[in-house]
Amino acid sequence: MKKLFMLSAAAAMMMSVGAMAEDFKPAVLYDLGGKFDKSFNEAAYTGAQKFKEDTGIEYRDFEIQNDAQREQAMRNFAKRGMSPIVAIGFAQANAVEKVAKEFPDIQFAIVDMVVDLPNVRSIVFKEHEGSYIVGMLAAMASETGKVGFVGGMDIPLIRKFACGYKQGVMAANAQAEIFENMTGTTGAAWNDPVKGGELAKSQFDRGADIVYHAAGGTGIGVLQAAADAGKLGIGVDSNQNGLHPGSVLTSMLKRVDVAVYQAFEDAKNDIWTSGFEVLGLAEGGVDWALDDNNAPLISDDMKAAVEKASAGIISGEIVVHDYMSDQSCPF
Amino acid sequence: MSAGQLPRWVDYGLIPVLNLVAAFLVSGLVVILIGESPIEAVQILLWGSLGFGEGIGFTLFYATNFIFTGLAVAVAFHAGLFNIGGEGQAYIGGLGVAWACLLLDHYVPWWVTMPLAVAGAALMGAAWAFIPAWLQATRGSHVVITTIMFNFIAASLMVYLLVNVMSEPGSMQPETRTFEDGGRLPFLNDMMPWVDFGTAPVNFSLILAILACIAVWLIIWRTRLGYEIRSFGANASAAVYAGIDPVRTIIITMLISGALAGMMAINEIMGSQHRLLIEFVTGYGFVGIAVALMGRAHPVGIVLAAILFGMLYQGGAELSFEIPAITRDMIVVIQGLVILFAGALEHMFRPFLIQAFAVGRGAAAQAG
Repeated sequence: MKKLFMLSAAAAMMMSVGAMAEDFKPAVLYDLGGKFDKSFNEAAYTGAQKFKEDTGIEYRDFEIQNDAQREQAMRNFAKRGMSPIVAIGFAQANAVEKVAKEFPDIQFAIVDMVVDLPNVRSIVFKEHEGSYIVGMLAAMASETGKVGFVGGMDIPLIRKFACGYKQGVMAANAQAEIFENMTGTTGAAWNDPVKGGELAKSQFDRGADIVYHAAGGTGIGVLQAAADAGKLGIGVDSNQNGLHPGSVLTSMLKRVDVAVYQAFEDAKNDIWTSGFEVLGLAEGGVDWALDDNNAPLISDDMKAAVEKASAGIISGEIVVHDYMSDQSCPF
Repeated sequence: MSAGQLPRWVDYGLIPVLNLVAAFLVSGLVVILIGESPIEAVQILLWGSLGFGEGIGFTLFYATNFIFTGLAVAVAFHAGLFNIGGEGQAYIGGLGVAWACLLLDHYVPWWVTMPLAVAGAALMGAAWAFIPAWLQATRGSHVVITTIMFNFIAASLMVYLLVNVMSEPGSMQPETRTFEDGGRLPFLNDMMPWVDFGTAPVNFSLILAILACIAVWLIIWRTRLGYEIRSFGANASAAVYAGIDPVRTIIITMLISGALAGMMAINEIMGSQHRLLIEFVTGYGFVGIAVALMGRAHPVGIVLAAILFGMLYQGGAELSFEIPAITRDMIVVIQGLVILFAGALEHMFRPFLIQAFAVGRGAAAQAG
């Protein structure tokens, strides 16, 4: 990800700012979870906010309340000549498709979904690759040989996280036992820290000593339960190592912030590209977090092993199974 | 006129208006607290909901949802039942709509699909209300508890179906394929060239909603069944003594209520989204409770209250769009205040008004 930021920073320096600033009006449209969900949408907000701090350019954003507002808000942005319009979340796909056709001169971007139109940039992440890496770390750090996974809402995207994680765990320790729980089946599952904590506790009771969450705000409870029980948690999306220093093994980073920042930046610098953008380990779109908070937990062996695995995934030597490719998980 | 009574225009006109004004005044205070101008906020809210064609279209679109869920709650009210499962019944109703549309949309025009979709929505919604109704009628399990539990069961069932069974293969989205033209209700904008609703999704369902209002009025006030429902609601033991079968009344009332809630899905699924998707109900079922309370469980009142809530939804969206400092949570606060004043504190001004009118009448009598 550093690479991405440096590239864009260099590009920014080459262009004189100011020149475009007046008629350049970027916009972000969050999903139902809302701007401050401590996770996915908030990562987008962080990226947009960073862009504002770096360039001084204001952006507009909107939090939808229901499905009908997706198209409405997008159109409102487009009518005012805002571009690029970055839509966060797979649920926005139909709205992006409709509105992008109506406004062919406006640049759109969508995160987590593919919309095949000449003025749309589709940004998807290889969450399974990042999850594989943290899965390996979990298996190597576990003393009991049992690890857990707590998902948010039971949808294919989260099963993709779970499947990559399982494969990673198995790669490091084929005998490992994995407990998998989803928090719920409604949107509330993204924001239920109490239930997240209970699920984590039940997994600890069954012998797990490390739990990975992909559950948005629910995960706060998972990490809290791990810290309370003296076990380890693994964060997701943003770097959550600092939430409970010493009790968070690592975090699987999904750089939605970088994607948003880059979309703004590219549009500003007139180097916008539409089409596919698949961000995996190789592109710095997913990664694992290592900082002062978790450095004591990661031994040199573990570090070497995951670096080797990362290189293997990037070179194609290791293929991490993508749940979305066949809607099933062989592990 | 006996003491303590008010003229009808006060009861049905002045009191609701006073409640609304109070709600808006308190909302204005909240807007001032966050440092924005309440006058401007009200202007944007009114302009956004009624000021231009597309705004009116969206207002009516939301109102359509609220009419259905409001009627659903109202019908149950008349039998003294509190159906708060509109959310789940509408969600499952979507299943009936989607089945009809997915089966037929390639082969027939929309007006052939529509009756089947309406039947599907009503049947599924009613079926979802049946078990709580049966439990209430024969086992005494309170319908408030069971219907709200069924909301969660509905959510789980729909997620299971949309993720595992009905989603397009290879698609990440928990939703069905998009319906062809045969599974889409026409937008009012296309049906009536002389109005301009812009891109607002208000559609033929609005007409269905009005028909549903008339049907509910006929059933409740002009049929034997409606009489039984109202008698049962007014005094259950008296009704039983008078020979009204409580089991039959409870179950039939809840079936009608569930069917009406289920029909909300017509507007969202066949009218606007053109596919069955996850969580499309987003709270319309619960707002229906407030709509029914405000509308005094009468179809005319429900239409008016539904339009008011449609205005709050649409105007609120414009408001948070125009003034970013007013977030969507603020809009929920304003809606909450309206519900509080118009629903829960409905009778707050009544004693003052009764006094004021008594004094006025006394003075008039003396002068005369």
